[in-house]
Amino acid sequence: MDREATKARIDALIEPFNKKGIAIDDSTRFTDDLEFDSLTVMDFVAAIEDEFDIIISMNQQAEIENYGQLVDAVVKLKG
Amino acid sequence: MTEAVSQPDQPETLSGGTKDLFAKFDPLIEMRANLLASGVEDPFGLVMEKVLSPTTAICNGRETILLGTYNYMGMTFDPDVIAAGKQALDDFGSGTTGSRVLNGTYAGHKAVEEALKDFYAMDHAMVFSTGYQANLGIISTIAGKGDYIVLDIDSHASIWDGCKMGDAEVVPFKHNDIEAMEKRLRRIPEGAGKLVVLEGVYSMMGDIAPLKEMIAVAKKHGAMVLVDEAHSMGFIGPNGRGVAEDQGCLEDVDFVIGTFSKSVGTVGGFCVSNHPKFEIMRLVCRPYVFTASLPPSVVATAATSVRKLMHAADKRAHLWENSRVLHAGLKGAGFQLGTETPQSAIISVIMPDLERGAAMWEALLHEGLYVNLARPPATPANMTLLRCSLCAEHTASQVQEIIGMFERAGARAGIV
Repeated sequence: MDREATKARIDALIEPFNKKGIAIDDSTRFTDDLEFDSLTVMDFVAAIEDEFDIIISMNQQAEIENYGQLVDAVVKLKG
Repeated sequence: MTEAVSQPDQPETLSGGTKDLFAKFDPLIEMRANLLASGVEDPFGLVMEKVLSPTTAICNGRETILLGTYNYMGMTFDPDVIAAGKQALDDFGSGTTGSRVLNGTYAGHKAVEEALKDFYAMDHAMVFSTGYQANLGIISTIAGKGDYIVLDIDSHASIWDGCKMGDAEVVPFKHNDIEAMEKRLRRIPEGAGKLVVLEGVYSMMGDIAPLKEMIAVAKKHGAMVLVDEAHSMGFIGPNGRGVAEDQGCLEDVDFVIGTFSKSVGTVGGFCVSNHPKFEIMRLVCRPYVFTASLPPSVVATAATSVRKLMHAADKRAHLWENSRVLHAGLKGAGFQLGTETPQSAIISVIMPDLERGAAMWEALLHEGLYVNLARPPATPANMTLLRCSLCAEHTASQVQEIIGMFERAGARAGIV
């Protein structure tokens, strides 16, 4: 799947979770920059999983620290 | 202990520029120091100086009603249970000094496994040294590389640790959300092994799971089902087998995990199952193999207690009555509770924040009541909770006394 198109869909999904309105680029980190706690992570991951009909297991989430890595992971999972 | 854990890490920097490995605990050390600096009694350093009964003890020189022990069925001072323990100490000694698969299986270990098979009417029972190890061992052993574990986000630490110790893909879903669980099961790649992990009663809020619906969905997707019934055994269900029995779906549960440290009144954990190959677990489950077995006195008390719990319908009825009365009393006094209706023997009182929660906890202790103070990160949604667990041995008048203590302490701490 096209990375730009995937990124655009994730951009829309993250908006309600970006409470402080931080400018997001590929290097933005979920814990350190966006201050996501474990519950926010769960809800955000669920939103992405539902949008793309994929599973992002906890094992895979552990490898994803920033926004760019998330987009890459979703592109890869969609094949 | 309090002083020792309140000190900053020294030195900050070790020779060679290496960071102190304890630096990661600084935020917690600071939180604790701030809490104690407010003058509150240490909620995590309470000592029971003397235990008078399943429901009363001397704490800090005061006689205290115990409302936070998980001693649901009050078996800890049962005369038959104590006699069995003393006899086993005399006959078999103080400990086994060995693994279940070497020199650590005594007649008592087989006897308590027989008692569990009878209690649950199941084919196999395997006893671990703690409930924590039962979850750790079974989950990490049965779900391996390439398999998927689908579990409730509010699962107990022992379940999470079992997931982490195995090599399976771990997929959590929103608490008690059947649709969220089904979506995840549906997306698992074809051919992968699937284990769904649920709890009967969730111990933080005291709410139960819609097991019947959830297990039906799990089975539809070809998953095996493990249910932790630690907080329901002995109490919920016509025979005290737990929430799955109560909802009529126990026969669809592949593995029931339980503990001796709650209703049974001692320590230890177990798994019961009808899986035809279950006995192989004894050879492949590392938390079972690589640790010493329970002392003979412990398995003797557990076996006696489990058998008595089969005939405890009156106590179950009284415990339900206690739960209903306390829930209604606290709700009527204006407290915010974890569940709209009483669903188990746990009643969780939601506090506005940790500071006021700790103040309320201390005010209750001064009234002569012990409850559990539960704080983040152990709690869902980072809540501070005062967790009350009732006992079948609490009398009706003790429950009224408890409600009065909550009213007075709540007023003093500014909660209601």
